[in-house]
Order: sequence, then structure tokens, then C-alpha cells
Amino acid sequence: MERERRIRVLVAKPGLDGHDRGAKVVARALKDAGMEVIYTGIRQTPEQIAKTAIQEDVDVVGLSCLSGAHNHLFPKVVELLKAQGAEDILVFGGGIIPHEDIPALKEKGVVEVFQPGTDTHEIIETITREVRERKGA
Amino acid sequence: MKDDLTTLRSAKETWESETVAKTLKKFPERKAEFSTTSGITMARLYTPLDVASQDYLGDLGFPGQYPYTRGVQPTMYRGRFWTMRQYAGFATAEETNRRYKFLLDKGQTGLSVAFDLPTQIGYDSDHPLSSGEVGKVGVAIDSLADMEILFDGIPLDKVSTSMTINATAAMLLAMYIAVAEKQGVDSKILRGTIQNDILKEYAARGTYIFPPKESMRIITDIFAYCKDHLPKWNTISISGYHIREAGSTAVQEVAFTLADGIAYVQAAIDAGLDVDAFASRLSFFFNAHSNFLEEIAKFRAARRMWARIMKERFKAKDSRSMRLRFHTQTAGSTLTAQQPENNIMRVTLQALSAVLGGTQSLHTNSWDEAYALPSEKSVTIALRTQQVIAYETGVADSIDPLGGSYLIEKLTEEIEEKANEYIARIDEMGGAVKAIEAGYIQREIADSAYQFQMEVEKQERIIVGVNQFRQEEPPLEDVLRITGDVERYQIEKLKKVKAGRDATRVAQTLDRLKEAAKGTDNLVPVILDAVKAYATLGEISGALREVFGEYRES
Repeated sequence: MERERRIRVLVAKPGLDGHDRGAKVVARALKDAGMEVIYTGIRQTPEQIAKTAIQEDVDVVGLSCLSGAHNHLFPKVVELLKAQGAEDILVFGGGIIPHEDIPALKEKGVVEVFQPGTDTHEIIETITREVRERKGA
Repeated sequence: MKDDLTTLRSAKETWESETVAKTLKKFPERKAEFSTTSGITMARLYTPLDVASQDYLGDLGFPGQYPYTRGVQPTMYRGRFWTMRQYAGFATAEETNRRYKFLLDKGQTGLSVAFDLPTQIGYDSDHPLSSGEVGKVGVAIDSLADMEILFDGIPLDKVSTSMTINATAAMLLAMYIAVAEKQGVDSKILRGTIQNDILKEYAARGTYIFPPKESMRIITDIFAYCKDHLPKWNTISISGYHIREAGSTAVQEVAFTLADGIAYVQAAIDAGLDVDAFASRLSFFFNAHSNFLEEIAKFRAARRMWARIMKERFKAKDSRSMRLRFHTQTAGSTLTAQQPENNIMRVTLQALSAVLGGTQSLHTNSWDEAYALPSEKSVTIALRTQQVIAYETGVADSIDPLGGSYLIEKLTEEIEEKANEYIARIDEMGGAVKAIEAGYIQREIADSAYQFQMEVEKQERIIVGVNQFRQEEPPLEDVLRITGDVERYQIEKLKKVKAGRDATRVAQTLDRLKEAAKGTDNLVPVILDAVKAYATLGEISGALREVFGEYRES
């Protein structure tokens, strides 16, 4: 049997927001949990993020936004991935996201949104479960 | 005295070996070791033994006197309270102007402008990168026309205004000067602050545009310009706030902030300015976090350290150059989305630590900010919190009321000592600019942030409502929302401004700016000309981008 591939994650900061404490903490926690993690750094356009995700052949994109631009930026990344035939890449989100925005984000293809105070274990478990289920790995 | 200490030491040992030991056998303490966020061990008890080496006059002195440990003014809050200054700004200049009038009407004593990210990074509202960000984290300002609306009906000779603006500080300051001029107010009497602290943008906050060298030149140009034209203006607010928000400890906050301060002072001296000609207009900005006693000690330590740095390292002669005046904001990162009403108590305690630490002005966060920008109701509670501390508790009636506490004095010393170790390390690396370029400061902050999160997850640090005392609750609804209409409205307004201005004059001022940027002329007057011609923020920043290039995080 083939050895199980490690989950590859792109942690990305879309838009102009520079708050990346959360993104860095999550990136490190995922790495410590055995995933392969790439962090884009701040101020990435959705186009840059989609391109990097495809080039790096990741399973998951984790988007972090604290500026309030999530409703615009998160679905854009999902759309761009789909348009380039990479709809199998799962998109997660986190940041300062009002509760009432979450259903619409999920409808537009964001798998899960993590709000402030979320434990990194919960993020690790959710990503692992979703990747296994959807990719049948 | 020595005999007294010997007696005391042996009495303390007896107390520990007999009284305490007996209790410990029956009731062990909650933890094997207690420590602050900076890893400073908290002793069971502090006594005169802990401050035996302190020299009152040398280490503490009197308020308004070197080394300013006890406060920068001789009477502190007995004269007047700190400035109550709520950071606010969202959507359009029209809406934010209404919020300012609302806050002033509720008894706020100074303004503090939050700009949206495109304004902070030098893009107009119609730039592709601004899409989705317009008016979100602050007010959108594209040109002088917006700034005129923002301060409409607010007399700039009466209020002091703080602006959280860094890479584009020169442009926004120029707009403020231009609005004042239209109101008939001489720039010489304008009071306020621009943040203008680019180093912490590279290290922690992210709204940089130009490379460090060019950014430092703009900053020293501002110092030089304000010295002659805006003598009452705080030309920089050297900020630990965002360093702390990014995850640093209290010690790192002080160390990295003062290291940045050292870099600015050195840059200005290297640019030919006399230290006493600009240093009195430097101001600082700290975070008030949750570890109450450590925070109070932190503010005191920062004051003493800066006084010593200015006197000993930079040979300042004017005592005003040695005074660390600071603004404080309660810690946004400690606000929880869970049981958010508890944030009111967190903010109260943090605000109290800032007042006990001798802050000059204060912003108290609103309880709903883990979700969105604050509502009018929540921002009123935040302001009222300051008013309760000021008017009801009596803590402002005597200066530095915790000075002389064995614990506070010892902790102040330990923070100074540990922060000085960091500063020495940064000096060895060639200063703050080099340390940031090498990623050292960013790594230190990220390590502390990760460690903190792990401690929370292991329940070594308890956050009420998050990792203990949790409860089911309905999600918070009806938070303040900024819609896409703001962006469309702003873009329309921008079109009108561009249609109504003298295009030739705009082009000329922008050309002149590029020429000045290539040479060594002070950029501020040139930017002021462009602003008055209604050149947009994006155009002015664009002209400088062409000459200076852009910084990219490595």
C-alpha cells in the first residue's frame, strides 16, 4: 500500500490586512501536527493565492482576514480555484468574521470558518477529517 | 539599615520555614511556579529586601523630574485627567464625522482617526487592490475633499487629533494642515499626533509601502518640517501596541519599542538635526494587557529607560527630550468572542493599569470588537469606563499611587533589566532596522505568540469563557456592518474630485514631488502643494512608489 501523503496546506493572507498573528500560529500548529505548510505572507491578491495553491499542489487553502473584507475575498479565491479546475482544493477561513456571514461563505464554497478563540486542535481535526472524507484518502 | 535587613531576612526565612511550610503541607499552592507573561517569576511575597538596592532619587525621583519613573508631569492627574481618546473611523468621511461629533458630545476630549487599509497603504478607493477593503477598518480618504468633510464643523484650534497613519503619514498630515488653513487655523497651534512609526509596520502591523531607508527619510523630513511649522504636534507615536497585539510579551513590547525609538532618534541625528530640536515631540503608544501588575510596572520601566537612553546615549540636555509621554489602548487581542460582555471587565482592568501606570491618553476597547467595529452603544460603555475610573475611584487623586510597592518596584526593575538585554542584542545586530530586516524581531514575536496559544490550549493560561467556564450562548447579531455601497459611493466622489480640479496643476505638483524624492529636499512642503491641488492620496503615493520602489517582506 502506498504511504499516506501528508496533507499540504497553503496558509494565506488575502487583501491588505497585515494582522498575521493568527495565520502564523495556525501555520505552525498545522506543521507541528505533521502537515506540510506554506505561508504566503501578507497582502496577497486572490489571484496570487489561487496560483500558488495550484503550483504547490496543496490539498487545503487556509485564508485569514481580520479587516472585514472576507465576504469579498474568500469566495473570490474559491471561484478562481474552480475556474482553473482546482475545485478539489478545500478552502477554509478564519479571522474576525461575524457569525451571520458564515452561512453565505459556506454556500459559496468555503468549507469551514473558524472564529476567534478556536483551539488549533479543532482546526487540525476539521482539516484532517474534511480532506480524508472528500478525497477518500 | 544593614542590620535591619539582616533581621528582616532571617525573619522572612523563619516565616517561610515555619508558618508557610506548615500551610503548604495542608494546602499546596495552585502552581509550582507563578510567572508573568514575560516569564518573570512572581515571588510569594515582596518585602523591603527586594528593593534594598534601589536608590530613591536615582531610580525613582519625583514626578516631572528625571528619570520620570513616577510620571512625566509634576501634578499628573491632579491637574487634569488623561485625554480620553477613542480610536474611531469607518465607511465614509461623512459617517465618521457624525461619529466624532457623537463622541465629542459624550465628553470625549480628543479625536483619534482610524483610516481604512487603502488609505494606509496609499491606494485610492478605485484601485483594484482596494476592492473589498474600502471603509472597512477605518474611514476612506482619497483626497483633501474627504478630509474637509471628515473635520467639517470640528474646530481644529480646539481639539487635538491623533491619526493612526504611517506609510502615508506625510500625506494625511498635509491634508490636516490644509483643512486647518481653510478653517483659518495657523499650523503653529495645531495639536495632535501622527503615528508615523514605520518600523513596527515592518515588524508587526503590515501597512508599509517603501523600503526602510526611504521610509526613514520621510520620517526625518516630517520631524524637520514640524519643528518649524507645527511645534505642538507629536511627530511620531513610537508604538509597542501592535508589537504586543502580534503576540509579544510585556518585556519584548518595551524593548522593541524603545529600540525603534533609538533608531528614529539616530536617523534624525544622522540627518543633521540636533537631538533637543525634535526629541520633545516624540511620543509613544503602549498596550494595556491583562497581567495587571506587570503592565503597571511596564509603563514605569519604559519611562525610566527612555529617560536614561536620551540622557546617556544621546546626550540630550533639554529635560523635555527625556520624557516618555504615551498613549495607551487596551489589548484588542484579549477580547473574546465567547461571552463577549465579559470584555467590559477586561477593558476596565486594563484601563486601570494604564492609569496607574501614568498614561497621557487612553483608548478603551468596546466589548463587541471580537466580532466587528463597535456600535454606538458599546463605544459609549467604553468611554464611560474611563469616566468611572477618573471620576469615581479616586485612583487619580495621588501621583503614581503604587510607587513604593515592593512588588511594583521590583517588577519595574526586572522589566528594565530584561528589556535592556534585548536592546543590547539589537544594538549588536546594528540596530532595529537591521534586526527587522533580518527577521529577528518578527521571529521573537511569533515565538511568543505561539507559546502563548499553546499555554492556553494546555490550560496553563486560563481565558474565562474560552478554555474554562464555557457556556452555550446564542451568536451575537446586529453588529456594525460596512457594505459595498461605501465603496461605490467613494469611487463616485473620487471621480467628481478628479473632474473638478486643475489637471495641469496636479501634474506639475506630482512631477515636482518626484524630483524632490530623487534629491534631498524636504518632501513635506512638496506633498502639501500636491494635496492642495487635490492630487489624490493614490497619486501622491504612486509618485513616491515610482522613485522609491516598494518593500517586500522576505
